[in-house]
Amino acid sequence: MTNMTCYHCGDDCGRDRVHFDDKDFCCHGCKTVYEIFTSHGLSTFYDIEAGAGTTPKEVRQKYDFLDNTEIVERLVEFNEEGVQVINLSIPSIHCSSCIWVLENLNKLHPSISNSQVNFPKKTLRVTYATEGFSLKGLVLMLSSIGYEPYISLEEFDKKDKRTDRSLIYKLGVAGFAFGNVMLLSFPEYFEVEEFWLEQYKPVFRWLMFAFSLPVVFYASRDYFVSAFKGIRTKLLNIDVPIALGILTLFLRSTVDIFFDLGSGFFDSLTGLVFFLLLGKYFQQRTYAFLSFERDYKSYFPIAVTKLERDKSEENVQIYKVKKGDKLLIRSSEIIPVDCILIKGTAEIDYSFVTGESHAVFKHSGEKLFAGGKQLSGPLEVEVLNSVSQSYLTQLWGNAVFSKDKTGAFQTLTDSIGKRFTAAVLTIATLSTGFWLYYDASMALNVFTAVLIIACPCAIALAAPFTLGNMLRIFGKHRFYLKNTNVIERLAKIDTAIFDKTGTLTTTQKDTIIYEGVELTREETTLLKTTLRASNHPLSRSLYGLLKSNEIMTLDEFEEHTGQGIQGKANERSIRIGSPSYVGQQGDGKAQGTSVYVSAGKDFKGKFIFKNSYRNGIHELFGALGKTMQLGILSGDNDGERNQLEKILPVKTQLLFDQKPEDKLNHIKRLQSEHRVLMVGDGLNDAGALAQSDVGIAVSEDINVFSPACDGILDATNLTQLSSFVTLSRKSIHVIKMSFVLSLCYNLVGLYFAVTGQLQPVIAAILMPLSSISIVLFTTVMTNLLGRKLSQPTKSVQW
Amino acid sequence: MSVIYVLLAISITVALIFFAAFVFSVKNGQYDDAYTPSVRMLFDDEVKPDMDQSEPKKEITQTKRSNQ
Repeated sequence: MTNMTCYHCGDDCGRDRVHFDDKDFCCHGCKTVYEIFTSHGLSTFYDIEAGAGTTPKEVRQKYDFLDNTEIVERLVEFNEEGVQVINLSIPSIHCSSCIWVLENLNKLHPSISNSQVNFPKKTLRVTYATEGFSLKGLVLMLSSIGYEPYISLEEFDKKDKRTDRSLIYKLGVAGFAFGNVMLLSFPEYFEVEEFWLEQYKPVFRWLMFAFSLPVVFYASRDYFVSAFKGIRTKLLNIDVPIALGILTLFLRSTVDIFFDLGSGFFDSLTGLVFFLLLGKYFQQRTYAFLSFERDYKSYFPIAVTKLERDKSEENVQIYKVKKGDKLLIRSSEIIPVDCILIKGTAEIDYSFVTGESHAVFKHSGEKLFAGGKQLSGPLEVEVLNSVSQSYLTQLWGNAVFSKDKTGAFQTLTDSIGKRFTAAVLTIATLSTGFWLYYDASMALNVFTAVLIIACPCAIALAAPFTLGNMLRIFGKHRFYLKNTNVIERLAKIDTAIFDKTGTLTTTQKDTIIYEGVELTREETTLLKTTLRASNHPLSRSLYGLLKSNEIMTLDEFEEHTGQGIQGKANERSIRIGSPSYVGQQGDGKAQGTSVYVSAGKDFKGKFIFKNSYRNGIHELFGALGKTMQLGILSGDNDGERNQLEKILPVKTQLLFDQKPEDKLNHIKRLQSEHRVLMVGDGLNDAGALAQSDVGIAVSEDINVFSPACDGILDATNLTQLSSFVTLSRKSIHVIKMSFVLSLCYNLVGLYFAVTGQLQPVIAAILMPLSSISIVLFTTVMTNLLGRKLSQPTKSVQW
Repeated sequence: MSVIYVLLAISITVALIFFAAFVFSVKNGQYDDAYTPSVRMLFDDEVKPDMDQSEPKKEITQTKRSNQ
């Protein structure tokens, strides 16, 4: 049998294949999207890239809150005269077919007049008429074709953010001035004593002066500000010698042309600033579609359904929920506040909040904590605390979340810069002293020449280009870092702490063990058929495991939410569920989660669900253990201690039952002696991730929520973590080598400066030469190092 | 030889025009997304009216794929 792939999404069709219009689809969702596209003349979608679609998820009443005009008004960018413009974040945008279909949305609905995709940011900007259409309609339409937008509390809260384009402007100004000054200074490089040249010298020189004004006073402003801040806090950062160099270059050149002493160094000045800004630009470009600043707000919904006294439903903003309010939580909705369950059976997935791997059952009268996700059936709850005072959200009140890790860390460039500045100032004073004694007229010339030539342009470029390129190499291997500073911090790590659930284990497959009387073939078939009808996650994973290909027709099927399911066929019945449901006493402290099975009246046995560890964890810990201490911090109980001890190296410290605050405090304690890397995945790790020196969030799907962190690592590449750490350390070596190289250039330049022979043309050659060779050296070296990483499994489109 | 003033004036004017164009394009947001336009320009403007016309073309691409 040949393997069928879905015409829409490209996945394996499996057993539930849908045949339609001579094409195969993996599910009805995909088929529906195909129907929508073809009936609206959008079939080109499939010609651009094959199997590029995404399966739509059922949304039902999830977006009812968009009926509330107050909420809609906060979300839209423009809202006047029946026209609204909105910028939606759509994580599932991934290829050119997506761009094409989303920019042709007007074919799907006549009210949409314009839609534009920003691919790097994964956003869609839609302009539509509100007559006969609404934001809710738009969102539902997008969801129906597999592009469900991501609307969260974070979006709702965000202030009017303007993109900061100042660096591009500055780069443009510096580049513009650099090119023109180079052209204008060209005649004087040859020093020909020609009459006409002599005649027009002042014009050329004052033009260069004019061009350099915006460079000094606008483009290089950041360096002056940073140097001033550094001096005020008594910290000699790398920007101090740079600012000093720029200032000296400008003043000396102005004096030179004013008193007709020479042509000045305007070419070097503009070139220097241009190269420095280029380095900054290279370093600043990161991943626009990822957010590293997320807190619970981007996980929580914007609005909830409030039940009024007269039983009517109303959508209210989450911040307006007060203590004592009654809320309706529908299936697969997130519980936004701490509350007490009044009606319904709660089956809550807390995996993201506490790290517990399986859903817990709660009955009316029990307390529910914010952050859990209700899995089946609607709930009625009464609010205990408002959003900001709930158990989970209180964590964000901790001071670590307002701490800036980048600011506190002294980079290699800055620590070198400190010594460098001291050395330059010493040399400048000594040589000036010598010339004052020897030939006083040369003293000022030498003093300024030393400051000019020693301007650490190449040193300042080494780190941005090395780390910037390494950041991109990591990105190709699906390890996305917040900024280049993280690489330097990663290189210094000596302790690594891992979360267990979701980080070391995978949520996508379970290991299931059966204990009890063996089931007959007929019973297995009946069991499988019964499971097939159920949507419960445990049923789903058990269904996938059972080896039986026959399917029988059920005479009767019952699902008792929170208890179990029952199936009947051919006078036989089977029950699967909690111990009490199948008429059995639970054995108290069960390891992990289990479901019990009984056929007819006989108890058969139980299926135990265990977390399955990712492949290669053993090797990863072995490799990391060579250079650093390891530890596990889990929110789960210690049921898997033995299994973990088998996989991990002997010295690994294992801690269980850790609350979010415990994790944070544990990291804090370790930091008194170590530099700690925290690897986690959920909201319960958020505190630890923020506290640690480097916090990395592991994610199965990088487009969905991950907590605030310094880097996001695709779960499939977790095993390469030790290579990433090694590469970070090697990058630091590359930077150090470039420092040595640029010091050589500086020594050559200093020779000319100290002996009083520095000509503008020498400076104009030396400065770009050193900068360009450093850029080449670092790029080649980092690319060579990057080859050591094994090839990415799937190329990411960039 | 004062023609050099004219030449200088022209060269600087041309440079300033390009600089103004640069500033305009940044302000216009053209530098915010440097990737999507490169994909967008390759799309055909025409949208197929119905399925029948697109059918033969698809078969060709499919046979191509199976030949490889």
